[in-house]
Amino acid sequence: MWEYTNKVQQHFLHPKNVGEIENPDGIGDVGSLACGDALKLTFKLDEKGVIADAKFKTFGCASAIASSSVLTEMIIGMPLDEAAKVTNEDIANRLGGLPKEKMHCSVMGREALEAAIANYRGLKIPMAEGEVVCECFGVTDLEVIRAIKESSLRSVEEITNFTKAGGGCGKCIDRLREILVATVHQGADIQKVAEKPKRMTTLQKIKKIEEALEREIRPGLRKDGGDIELVDVDGDFVTVSLRGACTSCAKSQTTLKEYVEKKLRELVLDSLIVEESK
Amino acid sequence: MIRPEIVVYMDNNATTKVAPEVLEVMMPYLQDYYGNPSSMHRFGGQVEAAVTEARRKVATLLGADPEEIVFTSCGTESDSTAIFSALQSFPDKRHIVTTRVEHPAVKNLCENLDTLTGHKHRVTRLMVDADGTLDLQKYEEALADDTAIVSVMWANNETGVIFPIAEMARMARARGIPFHTDAVQAVGKIPINLKELDVDFLSLSGHKLHGPKGVGVLYVRRGTPFVPFLVGGHQEKGRRGGTENVASIVGLGRACELAAANMAEENSRVKALRDKLEQGLLSSIPHAILNGHKIDRLPNTSNISFEYVEGEAILLHMDQYNICASSGSACTSGSLEPSHVLRAMGVPFTAAHGSIRYSLSIYNTEEEIDFVLEKMPPIIAGLRQMSPFWKADA
Repeated sequence: MWEYTNKVQQHFLHPKNVGEIENPDGIGDVGSLACGDALKLTFKLDEKGVIADAKFKTFGCASAIASSSVLTEMIIGMPLDEAAKVTNEDIANRLGGLPKEKMHCSVMGREALEAAIANYRGLKIPMAEGEVVCECFGVTDLEVIRAIKESSLRSVEEITNFTKAGGGCGKCIDRLREILVATVHQGADIQKVAEKPKRMTTLQKIKKIEEALEREIRPGLRKDGGDIELVDVDGDFVTVSLRGACTSCAKSQTTLKEYVEKKLRELVLDSLIVEESK
Repeated sequence: MIRPEIVVYMDNNATTKVAPEVLEVMMPYLQDYYGNPSSMHRFGGQVEAAVTEARRKVATLLGADPEEIVFTSCGTESDSTAIFSALQSFPDKRHIVTTRVEHPAVKNLCENLDTLTGHKHRVTRLMVDADGTLDLQKYEEALADDTAIVSVMWANNETGVIFPIAEMARMARARGIPFHTDAVQAVGKIPINLKELDVDFLSLSGHKLHGPKGVGVLYVRRGTPFVPFLVGGHQEKGRRGGTENVASIVGLGRACELAAANMAEENSRVKALRDKLEQGLLSSIPHAILNGHKIDRLPNTSNISFEYVEGEAILLHMDQYNICASSGSACTSGSLEPSHVLRAMGVPFTAAHGSIRYSLSIYNTEEEIDFVLEKMPPIIAGLRQMSPFWKADA
């Protein structure tokens, strides 16, 4: 049995934005019945180029459905240029993480989004241009290289978890290893990846959040007779518990979102979502 | 914890509930009677007597002699023991005949034999038809002078399809080839009488017939060349080293006795429940397909594909109602490809990904069947509504 986070289960059992938009501005159709998962994403823009609505139809397992659902939730209200920057890691983090064998579900979400944006812009899907490495699942070398770089993959098994390449007949495994070695040894590119906002381990996140709470947030709350404690960190989800005067304060929710979350995003990671423990 | 009394358990080919009667006879050997059956004192001797009694009960269910029964730790150990034994008994023979639909215990062993033994082997893996049955002529043609062993399952764990073991064993015997059958799914569900068969090795597992986990049996026909897999003490007449798992062996003995007593019910009441479930699902849900031969099949198993939806998603929705079953979809197999059994049968990927196996036992009730029949159609309809391949008018 897979260990799915509560977020994954929520989105799987009660998916948001199921369906297909009529006359959409962009359509992204990825995966196939044979591969075991497929996603059709449609979106509509408003006059300012912001995604006004997005809907999905997914054939696949719980994590594929949850990834699709959370993706639509993320991109609605986003300017198209910003949506184009959404990565599979963003999707997985928003779900509080995915089992490593299921990371390809988040990759499928990102690919559908990319395909839909390319469709809107009248462009070809960039990743489809590459040479097909894995014939079972139709994965190109460009897709593999990007997954290696973006998610700092270090083994063929990880490549399979993220892209499904190599998960079928296994004939392409040697080729995948070659691509892995070549990509990792391209120092310059790897360096670039390392300079991007780094993926923090949960432990690093907890440390930084604790520091930020102690130095920046608590003093402010204490002035008003309140206090805050960190309960849990699960992916991007930070669960806190408000104490003292905060518990009876009508404005505590505003404090949480407008003050605590803003501060933590500024000081730790801009994707953090703060929730109150119940 | 999910409490057992609220669960609708239809995953009996995965494992079964330990019968209360089985647990009852096991308890003394987990508590007071802890002696070693090999000991020379009466305290151990009485435990040995219990093991002997269990051996007799297992033999009775199979139509075998007690001395042909070797207790092991599981079905997988029994399978490995039989195949390695034959390969070592006939070192010049490097050919194995098996099928494409074996349980991983045999399938993966045969696929990795070269690495495991350091010898090159030829493995003939027989194809199955669309309904999961074998072509006996192809089987006969596959038997060769250098065939060391035939290993063919009695009944398939995923579809329940039963192979003609009596005939296949006879054909192997005619060529002087040892015949092994993994009967883990068959024992206790359909009558077996080894006295009338040319089977040389048979594997069974305790937890598939309401016995405990962690105990299995390898039947070794008297006179069959045998090389032990676990070498150690003189337990099991030197055929399997290691102190006996006494409580589980005693439990397995009782489970075999119960299985014999319940065999008629399994093939009448349980089969009727299975048929009701199957017909109900096939008639109330469009684009649902039965996998496997309709007749030559275990009385408790039904494997149905729901097209355009994926098995893991179905199972997790069923889980919301505490209905337990299995799927042949990729996402549940631990690999990225759907069940090797369904693929060997040529079930299209589109259907294999949405396959659900319901496997019943004597503990299932008609109310449970009605409950599942009520819950399944909306689950499938809900997922189809979300599927990009589903056309409502299709």
